[in-house]
Amino acid sequence: MFGFLVRRIVQSVFVMLAVALIAFMMFRFMGDPVNSMVSENASVAEREEVRARLGLDQPLYVQYARFVTRAAQGDFGLSWRNARPVSTLLAERFPATAELVLVAAGLSLVLGIPLGILTALRPRALSTQTLQFISLVGISLPTFVTGILLILTFSVWLGWLPSFGRGTVVDVGWWSTGFLTTTGLKALILPSVMLCLFQLTLIMRLVRAEMMEVLRTDYIKFARARGLSDRAIHFHHALRNTLIPVITIFGLQLGGLIAFAIITETVFQWPGMGALFIQAVSFGDVPVMAAYLVLVSLIFVTINTIVDLLYVVLDPRLRVDGARGAH
Amino acid sequence: MIRSLLLTAAMSLPLTAPAAAETLKWATARDVYGLDPHAVTDSFTNIFTHHLYEPLVRYDAELRIEPALATRWEVIEPNRVRFFLRDGVTFHGGEAFDADDVIVSLTRAADPKSPLRGNLPGLTAVEKVDDLTVDVVMEGPTPLLNNYLTNIFILDSGWLEANGATAPIDASRGEEGYTTNNANGTGPFRLESRRPDALNVLVANEGWWDTPAHNLTRIEHSPIASAATRVAALLSGEIDLIEPAPLQDAARIEAADGVRMLENPGLRSIMMGINMGDSLVDGNVEGNPLKDLRVRQAMMHAINMDLIRDRIMRGKSRVTGSLIAPEVQGYTEAMDARLPYDPDRAKALLAEAGYPEGFAFNLNCPNDRYVNDEAICQAMAAMLTQSGFQPRLVTEPRQIHFQKVDERAVDVFMLGWATLPMLDGFSVLSAMLASPDGSYGTFTPAGYSNPRLDELTQAIAIEMDEEKRLAMLSEALMLAHEDIAWLPVHQQPLSWAARDTVEVPQAADDLVRLWYARVNN
Repeated sequence: MFGFLVRRIVQSVFVMLAVALIAFMMFRFMGDPVNSMVSENASVAEREEVRARLGLDQPLYVQYARFVTRAAQGDFGLSWRNARPVSTLLAERFPATAELVLVAAGLSLVLGIPLGILTALRPRALSTQTLQFISLVGISLPTFVTGILLILTFSVWLGWLPSFGRGTVVDVGWWSTGFLTTTGLKALILPSVMLCLFQLTLIMRLVRAEMMEVLRTDYIKFARARGLSDRAIHFHHALRNTLIPVITIFGLQLGGLIAFAIITETVFQWPGMGALFIQAVSFGDVPVMAAYLVLVSLIFVTINTIVDLLYVVLDPRLRVDGARGAH
Repeated sequence: MIRSLLLTAAMSLPLTAPAAAETLKWATARDVYGLDPHAVTDSFTNIFTHHLYEPLVRYDAELRIEPALATRWEVIEPNRVRFFLRDGVTFHGGEAFDADDVIVSLTRAADPKSPLRGNLPGLTAVEKVDDLTVDVVMEGPTPLLNNYLTNIFILDSGWLEANGATAPIDASRGEEGYTTNNANGTGPFRLESRRPDALNVLVANEGWWDTPAHNLTRIEHSPIASAATRVAALLSGEIDLIEPAPLQDAARIEAADGVRMLENPGLRSIMMGINMGDSLVDGNVEGNPLKDLRVRQAMMHAINMDLIRDRIMRGKSRVTGSLIAPEVQGYTEAMDARLPYDPDRAKALLAEAGYPEGFAFNLNCPNDRYVNDEAICQAMAAMLTQSGFQPRLVTEPRQIHFQKVDERAVDVFMLGWATLPMLDGFSVLSAMLASPDGSYGTFTPAGYSNPRLDELTQAIAIEMDEEKRLAMLSEALMLAHEDIAWLPVHQQPLSWAARDTVEVPQAADDLVRLWYARVNN
């Protein structure tokens, strides 16, 4: 286990270095941020001076090396857009994204698993057909369209929920939370529904497929023969075996939720890291873009590691294999 | 009896109730970069901080210069102007306003490391005469000094010093400035709270020196980046004023109850720059046909601006022949005339210039900078093709577009110019028409050089006699008009939307001045 962790940490460092390198190679095609930073009337000489001060006149590998050396010391520099430390900006925005992703992930599990079971147990019921149809729509509609439709329905027509923002937030230390106020909770509903829709349908379909598969296996037939109640068979024996692949996929998709949050945050003006990244892209704010991409790759690597660990914990067979085959 | 009692009670209610708290909820496409008025040149950040901070002189709702923190001024020597400061003004934190604040603020804004210094060029010194009088000393005569000063806001010297913020914010220095998140001005509103990208709350400054024209007690500003969400927030009643309102949603907003569009021609003139260097960047002929005036005339004849206005701009743009809007100093009607749309004449002129088969060149446009920029260029490319040109359309995000413009890697390219912050034709002359020499001609198209125009530019820069200056300015702009140094397109419309209960002046510079706003609930 220890060796596994060390290997993962080393790997993640290389992943982050590679992400930063790819990011820096892409920044060249993003255009020149200097035009956004100086006044329209600024002379050519003034523009050149700003460019030099930001190090934009240096070759690409020098800019990259400088970013990596500083980042290794925990210094991500200042945002070119508003001269605030990038680490502060990310820390400020992180709670918003985390809460949104947490609620969306929770919704997709809490709704997706029961719906999956339901549709697996009654494959021919009308409710199943309807759910299957809706889930198809959910999976194929682009998320921003769903977002706008939700806003039109629940904000403009019905006037029940806010169309943008986080409502009133409360600061608990450096963490700003929307969980403690009514407006904060109401503001969470639409964005988290939009964000979870894809995962929800995915989990529902996955649970359904796995469950139907498991219900056909011999040990379930044997359990029925033993005269166990349906309830015990479905929830105790079948569901447990269904959940292992579900957890793997869910873990992998959690990273996807953070990535998809960019679109949700833009549609709902959710002040999270995704919105920050989009702004940075439109300004050409290299320090913020680079730090965000590195951070997201770190989150991905961490989640994948945790999932791998969980997998080992959940599936006894892997534990035995792992012990035997310690390379 | 009871009925009449109730009626009396209802009628007396407005009289007995305390003055209603008038909150204006305002949404814009993005947040301010920060609260330091000397840290960025962004015009939105600038007008937002104008609610908190004030300059020595300011623009009123009609864009005329009027006294603000200075009550009057005198030109002592051609390069020395004396400003008499307003007595009894205090900052939000209670500090008294005096000459030291002006000295520190102007010096801070014009510091070599300040991004704002381009907005106050040529400042040599600010000298204290007494507590309420300062002399502003410039390198040479500066006829536009007051125009420059409308954008330089005054901060309190003691407050800056106490918070270690006297030096300007410098992104390359690596530390955060105190003034980025805190504000202490003399303006009509005070900062109550700020959450970047979520909510900025301003409250009315009860101790403001000026008589408020507004009736607001509170402004809640939310940035909403997505245009569709911004419109939805207005329609759902969560927001009272949005800016900008997307042109494609105008019909929907007009049709909704209780909200309306605010549309006027803006100051920003859109135009096409023309490469007049020795060769084309992306051509298929020897030399550069665009150097020939007849070819440039043919281009103007080829473009049907009325059609672009009616089809793409919903009839809201103002087609122009001039590079500046009528509100801007130096404008004359003569320079607003356009060569008429006439594709046959365009073909004839092309043939006369020796290109009956036309020639290829690139047509470069941003796709996220100006109102419907990409659509305008698509239409233009089609019209030019019909008249025998072979334009190669390139549309790109603004960062890339303007980088190419900087590098002159463009043949025909779109640019918009609002002459902000000086509101004077000299802005166009110095930045877009004069031959490049390091400080002038940042955007002048490659190869364009008119000696008479350069001579006039030098003279206008230091002419203190306003009448003579304007005459020279108009002469120079007319020369550019005849040369077709730039191909004028139109003035793009301003497009805001508000609840019917909100009254707000829409100045041509597209800046929201909420100290003139009223909410009538």
